[in-house]
Amino acid sequence: MSTVNKSRRSFLKSTLLTTGGLMLGFSWASAGAAAPVVVADAGAAASLGFNSYLSIAPDGIITIFSPNPELGQNIMTSFPMIVAEELDADWKKVKVVQAALDTKAFDRQVTGGSGAVPHSWKLLRNAGATARQMLVQAAAQQWGVPAEECTAADGFVVHTKTGNKLDYGALAEAAAKLPVPKDVKLKDRKDFKLIGKEVKNVANKDITTGKPLYGLDFHREGMVLAMLQRPPAFGTRIKSVDAAAAKAMPGIIDVVQFKNNVAVVGKSTWEIMKARKVLKVEYEKDGNTESSEDHAKLFSTLMDTGTATVRRKDGDVATAFAGAAKVLRAEYECPFISHSPMEPMNFFAHVREDGVELVGPTQTPALARTSVSKLLNIPEEKITVAITRLGGGFGRRLKADYVTEAAELSSIIKKPVKLIWSREDDMTGGSYRPAVRYRFEAALDAAGNMIGYKLRGVGINSGNPTREDNFPSGAVPNLLIDTVEHQSPITTGAWRAPITNFLAYAEQSFLDEVAQAAKKDPIQFRLDLLQKAKTAPVGAIKYDIDRMIGVTKLVAQKAGWGTKKGVSQGFSVYFSHRSYVAQVAEVVMKGGKPVVQKIYAASDCGEVVNLSGARQQVMGGIVDGLGHAMYSKLSFKDGAPQQNNFGNYRLIRMMEIPEIETHFVDNGIEPTGLGEPALPPTGGAVANAIQKATGKRIRKQPFIEDPVFSGKTQAAPAKKMKTA
Amino acid sequence: MPLYKLQINGTTREIDVAEDTPLLWVLRDHLNLVGTKYGCGIAQCGACTVHFDGAATRSCVLPVSAIGNAKITTIEGLSKEGDHPLQQAWDEVDVPQCGYCQAGQIMTAAALLKQTPHPTTAQIEQTMHGNICRCGAYHRIREAIKLASTKA
Ligand code: FES
Ligand code: FES
Repeated sequence: MSTVNKSRRSFLKSTLLTTGGLMLGFSWASAGAAAPVVVADAGAAASLGFNSYLSIAPDGIITIFSPNPELGQNIMTSFPMIVAEELDADWKKVKVVQAALDTKAFDRQVTGGSGAVPHSWKLLRNAGATARQMLVQAAAQQWGVPAEECTAADGFVVHTKTGNKLDYGALAEAAAKLPVPKDVKLKDRKDFKLIGKEVKNVANKDITTGKPLYGLDFHREGMVLAMLQRPPAFGTRIKSVDAAAAKAMPGIIDVVQFKNNVAVVGKSTWEIMKARKVLKVEYEKDGNTESSEDHAKLFSTLMDTGTATVRRKDGDVATAFAGAAKVLRAEYECPFISHSPMEPMNFFAHVREDGVELVGPTQTPALARTSVSKLLNIPEEKITVAITRLGGGFGRRLKADYVTEAAELSSIIKKPVKLIWSREDDMTGGSYRPAVRYRFEAALDAAGNMIGYKLRGVGINSGNPTREDNFPSGAVPNLLIDTVEHQSPITTGAWRAPITNFLAYAEQSFLDEVAQAAKKDPIQFRLDLLQKAKTAPVGAIKYDIDRMIGVTKLVAQKAGWGTKKGVSQGFSVYFSHRSYVAQVAEVVMKGGKPVVQKIYAASDCGEVVNLSGARQQVMGGIVDGLGHAMYSKLSFKDGAPQQNNFGNYRLIRMMEIPEIETHFVDNGIEPTGLGEPALPPTGGAVANAIQKATGKRIRKQPFIEDPVFSGKTQAAPAKKMKTA
Repeated sequence: MPLYKLQINGTTREIDVAEDTPLLWVLRDHLNLVGTKYGCGIAQCGACTVHFDGAATRSCVLPVSAIGNAKITTIEGLSKEGDHPLQQAWDEVDVPQCGYCQAGQIMTAAALLKQTPHPTTAQIEQTMHGNICRCGAYHRIREAIKLASTKA
């Protein structure tokens, strides 16, 4: 065994597999950090805690571990693609395996914030390129030729002069004995064979044949099942429990109470569901039990009299508004909505004397572990977390509430338990997208320039519902953005493209209103503002002006902005996380209702890793954004959610989707993420197109409640638009 | 509890459960056939779709006592090698995102294609209306059904 320097966290480690292959572990925690270390056998690697590696078996099969939870963002395909690209592997021989939680080996084992690929891009490329170089070196040594005369492609090293060829499997053992090179050359993007291509989801076969992939499918011999009865209304708690009837039901093992939950433990889901119905639980008030009507009033009061936190202040808005030729003001509102991933919350927990085993769908395995550690006072080293595939997440599984519930229950009943939430539990159990109302004000000078801009966001458990350093900040000399928050017992959480998923709709709609008042084409109006931010920037901004202009111009061109007859077009552009997406929605009138017929999207997410996955993220994001803007709403009465399943909570369905055309800016910058950024612009583009079609401005979600959808709406007289 | 003999994926399975137990939970909890998914339990999402004598049926609301001798097919039994034209098309079009809804989508589509081998877009949309895909993979689901219909 060669030297192992434990004091330095190493980036790459190679080791022989017991089977004789090459195992290259890469510690994700230390991109570009200390010098590589070679470990000579798998046992040593394991003792160092490396379980994040790519391995090459003698038969040439390359196994790549995927550390981040997979919830449909296709990370299990795109991560290995990046490694395989630099490795010049034969993609058909690459196997992908979901890694368990290992904070020593992996950095940022999280799915959220559209951040996985941006974070790991260089790391993965380096890992692939390093292994490739070692394989080439091994072959060169075997042939007694200079490494420079050898190349690698499709899982083989080839000696160009003689045509000699060896596959990676045959070279792995020798390669593993070589020192790990420090500097490796990465490919030029023009030589990419996999990156940027349409590569199919590695899990397709398992998914389409019904393999047990998800948390809900997990089974462990001897485990019991359980469901919890939680308070039906936010702001209530248990007063009394009568579990006699439930306990007497067939298949029921136990009924136990902890915190504000009554757990029904049994052998099968149906028996538990039935027993839960005969539970007698009385609840009493424990705080405010709020109704949606209260929220409406609250929004109005807080908008005018709430204590505001100033988020950004440029220039002097008072003077700008006092001297304006025209002032505009409008309010926009978005309701609570549920995440409703198709697979409801669930988790397996087995709390034993000597440790805890956790298995299930989570976007944040590390948080799951810390939370359970704190709750049960068990050191983290004794807790393992295995990640199943997630049947969607949308931010809901960033929380660990359902994991700690399972662990707490297991610790009480001293059994391995799979905790299951019914759909009703999932929809009424909290952690919603917060409800928010915005007030926008704009001051225009006589020439139609926006000289003043004010935004106040009032949110219910929303944190800061604005993004004060996003567009149009930087482009307006006098600007004030502030927020007011109401604390409520109704729980909220990050929902795909947090905050921006509704802020973008409101802001992009309002900017259209301002453009109309200024008598400017909506796209030209924004381009003019961007130009101002570029030439005479006001304060610091977080967005890249050129990338924003880039997607704007691309979508205008692809959609034939302003050149079409018979359709009404609406535009929207938004920067979220690290990427830029502009959209044009096209609306036609059918049966006195506006119908979204087509949406064009231009995205700048930097390098597209998997074109098929990227298109999916854009299309899925648009469908998600459109569906929730159009149809979804969760309302409350005395603290109780009024919608509890897909019968009364509406999600978009196949008949309601528009045609979608996706385009990508090809600028060669490093990937900046795409799991969320396509969603925020959609609501605004659609609302703007509806306004153009009907003359009516929709200032509240869900759109479907607006009279414009009553079936009696007249088409607005067509106006000639100026082209951007 | 009554004993039921069910014809599932070509074999007879015996099961001793309460008569109101939905087929979904019989499959998932008792027969270890977990490809059929739970999404809503009230016939609103289609995740639990199986074939009941060839017809697409929501197993979450089908009590075991109503099955009798009907032939039940689940996603696991749709094809031996996982190569039903729809399963192939699903890969070719690269449909799945999270994938959770897809077994139900495929089962609904398979029943449609059996009855109507070359459905129109409107027929596809009509039939698939009961299947929710929360990830919004609808475009590719529709495309894959069309593709499979050209091959069947
Ligand atoms: S679970 Fe049966 S239709 Fe939703
Ligand atoms: S692929 Fe996720 S619900 Fe359809």
